[in-house]
Amino acid sequence: MSSGEKYVAAAYVVFFVVVLAWVTILATKLARLERETAELVELARRRTDG
Amino acid sequence: MAAALTMIFFVAPEDADQGISQKIFYIHVPIALTAYAAFGLAAWKALRVLWRGGERYDLESYTAVHQGTILGALTLVTGSIWAKASWGVWWSWSSNQLVLFLVLFLFYCAYFMLRFSVEAGPRRERISAVYALFGVALVPVSFLAIRLANDFIHPTVFTREGPQMTGSMFAAFCVSWLALLLLSYVMYRVELLGKRIDESLRELREALA
Repeated sequence: MSSGEKYVAAAYVVFFVVVLAWVTILATKLARLERETAELVELARRRTDG
Repeated sequence: MAAALTMIFFVAPEDADQGISQKIFYIHVPIALTAYAAFGLAAWKALRVLWRGGERYDLESYTAVHQGTILGALTLVTGSIWAKASWGVWWSWSSNQLVLFLVLFLFYCAYFMLRFSVEAGPRRERISAVYALFGVALVPVSFLAIRLANDFIHPTVFTREGPQMTGSMFAAFCVSWLALLLLSYVMYRVELLGKRIDESLRELREALA
């Protein structure tokens, strides 16, 4: 691999790693929101039953 | 993104002057232009905050600034790698384009410090909106810097005579930019949706408490 090719690979790897991290953070947040929604639904249901 | 990568590596020819390292251009410039677009969108939403008020536009402006800042950081990193490959240095303080983009990036980084130092509410919405509007004034300055300064280090690809590249190179650039814009828009919508649900859940939790 030539020096130019290494820099090109580095630039594209950085880009895809950042995008992947970005997607992972958003997915983690959405999973947390899903969990919180389920908790609130459960809380509301207990209030209604009680 | 797959179409963009195919165009970049299998359709667009290698640059006669820079060789393979010119391939960085196809992500570096679209990322920078998409960052400018995100800051422009943030300013538009900020204007609507000042005009009509409301949490909705404030959240949209904040999300757009967030997107622009991430893309700005990526612009600096990919640009730095390209600089090392082409000029032999990671950074050049003598290039107005680089320094102005760094100023723009740091300006928007300070947006978050300002925003989170003020308590949530209409005051924070107004302050953030005014700051986002000031920031967008730096975008045309940064964009035009290389043309105004006749910078010999940072290349000027888009001139009044049109793009200084072959047809297939320009097509690869357009596909790459379109892919970046689409990716950025999807991320913007998902992030905005997450923030809205988060806010609604907080209100619901308070109501149930």
